[in-house]
Amino acid sequence: MDLIFEKSRPGRRASEIPDNDVPPVSLNEAIGEGFLREDVDLPEVSELDLVRHYTALSRRNFGVDLGFYPLGSCTMKYNPKITEEVAKLPGFTGLHPYAPETFCQGNLALMDELRSMLCELFGMADFALQPSAGAQGELTGIMICRKYFEKKGEKRNRLLIPDTAHGTNPASGALCGFETVTIPSGSDGGVDLNALESAMAEDAAGLMLTNPNTLGLFENNIVDVARIVHRRGGLLYCDGANANAFLGRTRPGDTGFDLIQINLHKTFSSPHGGGGPGSGPIGVGAKLTPFLPVPRIVRDDNRYTLREDYPDTIGRMKAFHGNFNVMVKAYTYLRLLGAAGLKQTSDMAVLNANYIKARLTPYYDLPYERTCMHECVFSGSRQAKGHGVHTLNIAKRILDYGFHPPTIYFPLIVPEAIMIEPTETESKETLDAFCDAMIAIAKEVRENPGLVRGAPYTTAVKRLDDVLAARKPNICWSE
Amino acid sequence: MIYTPHTSGDTADMLKTIGVASVDDLFQDIPETCRLSELPDLPRALSEQEAWRYMLDLSGQNTVPTMTLMGAGAYHHYIPAVVGHIIGRAEFYTAYTPYQAEISQGILQAIYEYQTMIARLTGLPVSNASMYDGASAMAEGVVLAGKTTNRDNILISRTVHPEYRQVVATYCAANDYTLVEIPYDVSGRVDTHALTDTIDERTAAVCVQSPNFFGIIEDFQAIEPVTHSTGALLIAAFTDATSLGLLKPAGAWGADIVCGEGQSFGNPLNYGGPYLGIFAASGKLLRKIPGRLSGMTVDQDGNRGFVLTLQGREQHIRREKATSNICTNEALCALAASVYLVSLGKNLKKLSELNVYKAMYLKGRLAALPGWETPFPSPCYNEFVLNCRDPDQVNTAWREAGIIGGYALAHDYPELPNGLVLCGTEMLSKKDIDQAVGIAAQLS
Amino acid sequence: MTKSNPDDRRYTKEHEWALDNGDGTITMGITDHAQHLLTDIVYVELPDVGKKVKQMDPVAVIESVKSVSDIYSPVSGEVAAVNDVLQDKPELVNEDAFGVGWIVKITMSDPAELDSLMNAAAYTALTATGKDADH
Repeated sequence: MDLIFEKSRPGRRASEIPDNDVPPVSLNEAIGEGFLREDVDLPEVSELDLVRHYTALSRRNFGVDLGFYPLGSCTMKYNPKITEEVAKLPGFTGLHPYAPETFCQGNLALMDELRSMLCELFGMADFALQPSAGAQGELTGIMICRKYFEKKGEKRNRLLIPDTAHGTNPASGALCGFETVTIPSGSDGGVDLNALESAMAEDAAGLMLTNPNTLGLFENNIVDVARIVHRRGGLLYCDGANANAFLGRTRPGDTGFDLIQINLHKTFSSPHGGGGPGSGPIGVGAKLTPFLPVPRIVRDDNRYTLREDYPDTIGRMKAFHGNFNVMVKAYTYLRLLGAAGLKQTSDMAVLNANYIKARLTPYYDLPYERTCMHECVFSGSRQAKGHGVHTLNIAKRILDYGFHPPTIYFPLIVPEAIMIEPTETESKETLDAFCDAMIAIAKEVRENPGLVRGAPYTTAVKRLDDVLAARKPNICWSE
Repeated sequence: MIYTPHTSGDTADMLKTIGVASVDDLFQDIPETCRLSELPDLPRALSEQEAWRYMLDLSGQNTVPTMTLMGAGAYHHYIPAVVGHIIGRAEFYTAYTPYQAEISQGILQAIYEYQTMIARLTGLPVSNASMYDGASAMAEGVVLAGKTTNRDNILISRTVHPEYRQVVATYCAANDYTLVEIPYDVSGRVDTHALTDTIDERTAAVCVQSPNFFGIIEDFQAIEPVTHSTGALLIAAFTDATSLGLLKPAGAWGADIVCGEGQSFGNPLNYGGPYLGIFAASGKLLRKIPGRLSGMTVDQDGNRGFVLTLQGREQHIRREKATSNICTNEALCALAASVYLVSLGKNLKKLSELNVYKAMYLKGRLAALPGWETPFPSPCYNEFVLNCRDPDQVNTAWREAGIIGGYALAHDYPELPNGLVLCGTEMLSKKDIDQAVGIAAQLS
Repeated sequence: MTKSNPDDRRYTKEHEWALDNGDGTITMGITDHAQHLLTDIVYVELPDVGKKVKQMDPVAVIESVKSVSDIYSPVSGEVAAVNDVLQDKPELVNEDAFGVGWIVKITMSDPAELDSLMNAAAYTALTATGKDADH
């Protein structure tokens, strides 16, 4: 398909600019010729060209609204359309972030209510809503930990992270100057308590734990884990990427977590947007509230205001107040579901994942023989060792069956990993169709491995050369 | 409302296949002491109709202004109708990050085109797929500079947006970088003498903004050689992306990193977010820059295609050695920006010119009022500073007329207690401006 | 089919080889086994000439599409030369890891360190057991 630049023709225009109704000025005089650019090198197309171009692009893209999208730890659930409509209300879209507070009471009320609902749901004392995504929320959380220990006068420069952790965890730790120490997982898939005990010294700030973890398993030793970490004065951080598994069943704040980062664009159904925008609020227990980033919403009678005068705050993580429009969608979702609806969400998410696990266990290796939570992890080892067909090929073959593949090669401790998170919005028919496809592919691997190795066959493009893309990067078009 | 499709029959069948008696049995791994005995206390569930009504009322507790004279990092521009239609296509907005390239060619190509347009506008060849916002883009630029030069001292101009400086300070504290502020001179621009005196071989980066927080266009001819003389990187930010339509970009002046806020390209004010961090860098930083990159390649049949490339830089591979932890970015906002840029095309220049005319008209009419004066005589884009007797009083009068006024400088710049930063965009008609001036005139 | 490990050089546990040039310097690279594990190499990050290293310090970085690996110096000393041609043709490491795909030359500060490394037979045995570190 042509690039928009290849469709450009000199002189074509889409948008026209209104006429100037004020006295024009000489820009050469007002600004200076040397400071002006000669021309903008942007495409020249008509509005119809534009619409056809992007419509054609959209038809070369796969979203949840098209089909099953079982990426592990991403929670690709259905995004209710009412949340999209609400988010377009001019009252929500039309205000400048520095508008006078009297103009914004609706927005501030929304953020305050969202914050208190999240506190109630996760058992935390307060939440900061500013972080723009999970990784930024995580960075905020690690900075809070760092400041907490600075204030106590304790020098702790190591951070413990399980070997199943998502790459953002050590990256965030390193960005805050922590040395990351990897804690191995035990044979049951949970944190190895002995290893944790030895590593949890007084120079360790604490443990960053995803619960349930990226194997889809709930840390059933969580009470011991919390005890080990707290006994040496450490903090227990929850990466809440997998919160869809436990809503209404347990609260991290009650089980010993000192802070939790959650993702509104996963658990609370604001759309993923092809890679954002997201929103990654960070919740903390009472002893960490002084360190939350600013600004914070304060309620005075029935008036809401933003305040920045918190002497122990870590500071500001981004300009303005956070991804407000994403919060609007998540807040609406929470109001639509209510507590019972949220519990039903987790119940069905866990049911769906266990159903897939039960149907696929005969055909793919299961590294951990435990009940999974909202996602299950298989290994393509049997196919790789037996027939030389790797998980990558299986994933590409799934494309031919009309599904988005699950996450592959993560978590790193499972060879040939296949991580499947169906979410609760999928029906039994969809799950069965997916399982039937996976079973069919397992059969193809046995009987016709070459077929699977050459996949995909039915997609807009075939297997792409990502080695070439990395050796000779072309990230910008030149005529 | 409930979005789970399970009938009781479905649930029974599935439990049977799994081999447990009830859904509760699937949650046995949660220790008993950790289980909730009651549901969390949240407001009751609403039907779609009730939710719509509730949210309509909530949005009604806001006041949508009749006019916005405020810039200061977020700008009121016209968004062509096509933008909403394109980003409203579910194939785009319900997709995830395009890891499976074969079925994500749509967004990957759109990102490639976005990268290209940003490179052309900023004058630097390497643009990433987006970052969270202008402030964190600048902060990530600072961290990149620190890591590539192996130095720990950062200089930042006082004319950079106060919140951007705060965010940079937060990131610097986390990395043990020292942050030193460079003052501005009587022209309202970076004091290059102070810069020359302060910069040394420990300086990793010099951070400036142009147009700066006062709306003034900085003089890179002075700043760039000083910065590079010690081997530091020049990081140039912007807050209104439409300025790129008119002004010679910092990349053409020799900046190593050009970053800033892309909200002006097709994204509504949205009370502060989601916005769009634009990040572009020189070619030698290609293998180190943060954020996603869409690269052009071919498939096995020789057809053109796109993939996420150079992922070795990113957190999911590099882990603790990554220069950034960014994962989810602002892809849909970048798509909106792309559609905006294609829709305006070369008319972006005309739009920027119109912004200047409106701003100058607003400035001229206000400056003519008794008690108002221009502290900085320097050239501006669509924002400017004016001093008046009582900025809070003027803002209040505007507020009472449903107008969002200017940014009062007193809190962030105590040395400018009477200053207001005002912004004129294409959204202000002559009539609007005359009305706003009329209200201010009554106080004079 | 991986190539056999030449007898004229020594090997580390992390799959580097060191060839004594007889003039106080060694040439180093990664083994054919290692390049096979890494799959297609897309980029080699070379150190600056003059960089000082201790034995088993990271001295270079090799990137494939899906992974990034540190390459460790087999000896202590100073980087004397780097194989610049790898900047444009990282695939040479895949094609000829023991020959034109060499990575850096190091001036040794303690030639005796070479004796602490494995010979070809020991390295071959190590990789045969599959107990080697997986990149």
